[in-house]
Amino acid sequence: MIRVNNISKSFETNDVLTNISLNLERGKVNTIIGKSGAGKSVLLKCLVGLFDIDEGKILYDDRPFSEMGYQKKKQIRKEVGMLFQGSALFDSKTVLENVMFPLTIFSDKTNEEIKERAIFCLRRVNIEEYADTLFPAEISGGMQKRVAIARSIALQPRYLFCDEPNSGLDPQTSIVIDNLIKEITVELDITTVVISHDMNSVMEISDTISFIHKGQKWWEGTRDDIMTTDNQEVVDFVYASKFMKAVRDNFKKR
Amino acid sequence: MSIFSHFGKYYILMAQAFAKPDKFKVVWKRIIDEMETIGIGSIPIVAILSIFMGAVTLLQMAYNFSNPLVPPYTEGLATRDTMILEFAPTIISLILAGKVGSSIAGNLGTMKVTEQIDALEIMGVNPQSYLIMPKVVAALFVFPFIVVISIFLGTFGGYIASLLTGVVKVEKYVYGIRYDFETFYITYALIKAEFFALIITSVSSYQGFITSGGAKEVGDSGTRAVVYSCIIILLFDLILTQLLLTN
Repeated sequence: MIRVNNISKSFETNDVLTNISLNLERGKVNTIIGKSGAGKSVLLKCLVGLFDIDEGKILYDDRPFSEMGYQKKKQIRKEVGMLFQGSALFDSKTVLENVMFPLTIFSDKTNEEIKERAIFCLRRVNIEEYADTLFPAEISGGMQKRVAIARSIALQPRYLFCDEPNSGLDPQTSIVIDNLIKEITVELDITTVVISHDMNSVMEISDTISFIHKGQKWWEGTRDDIMTTDNQEVVDFVYASKFMKAVRDNFKKR
Repeated sequence: MSIFSHFGKYYILMAQAFAKPDKFKVVWKRIIDEMETIGIGSIPIVAILSIFMGAVTLLQMAYNFSNPLVPPYTEGLATRDTMILEFAPTIISLILAGKVGSSIAGNLGTMKVTEQIDALEIMGVNPQSYLIMPKVVAALFVFPFIVVISIFLGTFGGYIASLLTGVVKVEKYVYGIRYDFETFYITYALIKAEFFALIITSVSSYQGFITSGGAKEVGDSGTRAVVYSCIIILLFDLILTQLLLTN
């Protein structure tokens, strides 16, 4: 579980996050939604320690991550997997080498054992063929995301962060990625945090949803709660399209 | 951003780059790979440039020393010393600032904007140590070899020019390049090579690491890496020459 207690972050005079508190639960997909520029990505970067927070605390299973020095943070980061918006695969390495990379650095296993584990992870995301010959630039965006998931689970993380995992993907591939994230969260019993503004994906996989607006936590609840909420900002964001409005009306009629 | 701010950030980046690596075996493999990229990959351009520089230097020396009072071996001696003292270490380093420096800045800049460096950081890998240190160590190791190859090929270029044009008799040229050889000149060239290797790799890595934005900014980083490396190389050329060659 990750607890976020009253964190704030600003860049010079621009307050990006103000007094945000969250409980991100283990074994669940915790989704953070919000408009572009609301502060979601900054929040995620604060959570993983890429940005230092100005105020508040971030606790990883009661370990004060935000107050730790570089070396201690490094230990926790070995328990963290992250799926980046653009996959962030190493383009000079093959697909297989990408997945082997964290194992090569941090495990004491032999090269054969590392390769075996990487192939297992790739098989888990349904990519195995030609993994040792293809480079990230030679595979589709959906496949890149799946390889990135395989890489992020290679070291059996306790925390998984996903920054807009479906951006740039077609609806069918998005569902594949969503299902993978959901399945892996349950299988490994990990704390998963997803940043998204794709409402299909949010409704598909979220166990808890937090809505960020103007750098503040504006609303939180479950999938069912979001269907019935009267919070105007949430309604405006989630039900911006006619289709979503119709879905909501049907849900309310039931 | 002020020059002092850049200098401070550069210093911090280098301190991080030379922190204890996560796994020596992995870093060693990276150093070997970088030696191949920086060293072996640069040999063709260095060879071509050195041969032509040596040949042109001899022709210019022959033109300038066409005086009966100047001993006939002077052209060879001057070509040799020019190659050792300036052309091989400095001009070749300026060329490599273009080839290696822009490649390093472009590579690291792309990794930065595509979040590959963030990915390393989140995995718990020290990205500075993993990415920069092998480049610097590899360059420090291979640059002296490149300079020695350049000196040899430059002198050989002069030999070819004397053979093909006849402006200087071959035996006089060979006598000249063997005449009054000062071994410290080689030491001086190698010291310069080490400094320039450090400048090119560290300045270019810094430019790559501070890149943010997109393709245009990556291109700008590559340009800045080359320009700043060249200026700093020339500045250090002056300082080192003053320190090492002045009595």
